[in-house]
Amino acid sequence: MRITEETVQNVARLARLAVGREEAARLAPQLSDIIGYAEQLQQVDLEGVEPTSHPLSRYNALRPDEVRPCLDREAALANAPDSDGEQVRVPAVLEG
Amino acid sequence: MSGVSVSEARASYETVIGLEVHVELKTRSKIFCGCSTSFGAPPNTNVCPVCLGHPGTLPVLNEGAVELALRAALALNCRINQDCKFDRKNYFYPDLPKGYQISQYDQPIGEDGYVEIEVGGERKRIGIVRVHLEEDAGKSMHAPDGSHTLVDYNRTGVPLIEIVSKPDIRSPEEARLYLEAIKSIMEYCDVSDCRMEEGSLRCDANISLRPFGQREFGQKTELKNMNSFRNVQRALEYEAERQTAVLSAGGVVEQETRRFDEATQTTVSMRSKEEAHDYRYFPEPDLVRLHISDEWLERVRGSLPELPLAKRDRYVAELGLPPYDAGVLTADRGVAEYFEAVVACGADPKTASNWVMGDVLASLKATGERIQACPVSPANLAGLMKQVEAGRISIKQARDVFKIMWDTGKDAETVIREQGMEQISDEGMLAAIVDEVIANNPKSVEDYRSGKTKALAALVGQTMKATKGKANPAVVNKLILERIGSPDSGASGGGPADA
Repeated sequence: MRITEETVQNVARLARLAVGREEAARLAPQLSDIIGYAEQLQQVDLEGVEPTSHPLSRYNALRPDEVRPCLDREAALANAPDSDGEQVRVPAVLEG
Repeated sequence: MSGVSVSEARASYETVIGLEVHVELKTRSKIFCGCSTSFGAPPNTNVCPVCLGHPGTLPVLNEGAVELALRAALALNCRINQDCKFDRKNYFYPDLPKGYQISQYDQPIGEDGYVEIEVGGERKRIGIVRVHLEEDAGKSMHAPDGSHTLVDYNRTGVPLIEIVSKPDIRSPEEARLYLEAIKSIMEYCDVSDCRMEEGSLRCDANISLRPFGQREFGQKTELKNMNSFRNVQRALEYEAERQTAVLSAGGVVEQETRRFDEATQTTVSMRSKEEAHDYRYFPEPDLVRLHISDEWLERVRGSLPELPLAKRDRYVAELGLPPYDAGVLTADRGVAEYFEAVVACGADPKTASNWVMGDVLASLKATGERIQACPVSPANLAGLMKQVEAGRISIKQARDVFKIMWDTGKDAETVIREQGMEQISDEGMLAAIVDEVIANNPKSVEDYRSGKTKALAALVGQTMKATKGKANPAVVNKLILERIGSPDSGASGGGPADA
């Protein structure tokens, strides 16, 4: 699978990464190589093998429905770039 | 548009609607951490490093959330995927601290179910594509001047199920009926409070039109921001009209998301940059797979209560109630339980139904109380009904007694005694009063005998007045007729002729 510069730009946009044209031109072949390397796996015969969605074979790591203490609001907001003391303040996002 | 009105054009298009309903599950703690899910807490006080998406934290799945999702999926007649997983849905929005929502993509907990609704007396099945578990996002408040947005993360990580219907809904009214059915089922199963005003039930709609007989679907629009069932119906009605006008003018419906504007009762385009959403779903590496054992599944299946429609059918078949009564009584589980408790105390089902649908529901509506807090207990209501049946008080008196019972919480017997309301049915006690009334009202007696049958009512009324309303009207009627006989007018016919 060949990764085009367009794909690089698209993925960068989705991940909110600023990738310039030159950078995209440099990254595209590198990413193609990496994907190409992983693509060797496609040749493995998987007849009768169930698809794997998780490397761990255990399942059902569950917790009972019990309330545990939360963070103090002051501590919760300490890492936010901005707040009004109660809520996190972010640049205006308007639906519509 | 040339000549053809929109309402005429409406008749040539079929409306196709599909709904996506989000229901908050009634767990105590969030889906992946121990934060409380309580509604109305001060902003950002039900948060922790897990739901705030701090680096290095790991989610742990709440068993209670799985249990409730399972119950909901079974109640919606879904096939259960006993082996399923969670996936990441990636997108950026300030109400989503991790930058992704943990959801279920290709292995939802339930698939291929249905809900039954009743449209114009006919049962109709609306298919359910899927029911999946996911986490809720936070709540954004946009400053009115557009300068900034404030975010409260209390709701972040509250467990949700998303219920996706098939495009089986054919009118805005059916959409509302479907939502009412979903709400009722969720409440019966104790899965959710379903309070739309608190956001614990939310609905988005897809709607398109196609000429009758066409198989392919038309271009659809997605509707958001409808905060009541009534508004869902109104938004869909408006949108069907709008699309009809576009199509019958030879135009093309644009695929877009539209917002319902309550003030104007219209839908407006959200003009989002409509770059196709690319959520890049992939399996959530921080959660291991979920396996629902046969035992777990069967235990939950066995714990499901009788669902509203089944209950309704039973009320008609076993209790002999009219379908209308059965529908009203079963719409809310609490009301149905109250009614059943009254009947269990030995009350006649139809009479009990009249009381519950009438005075009980009206009083609840007036006070805004839920039936669980009804001050007249089922046993006390049954007790009141017995007093009427035994002839101690009239129906009219009973309604007054009910009001006092509602205000004081006392039982019927106590209220009747305290108010001196006991009805007089004893003929011996009433005979003297009736005699006196007849003696004092010769004109009415004369009128009655000469055929003015209305005059009887005047005599009964006088007797009731003399007893301060306590006389049993049926007994009074009988006593008066015994004394003044039948009218002379020869109009005594009406009874069956002697053979």
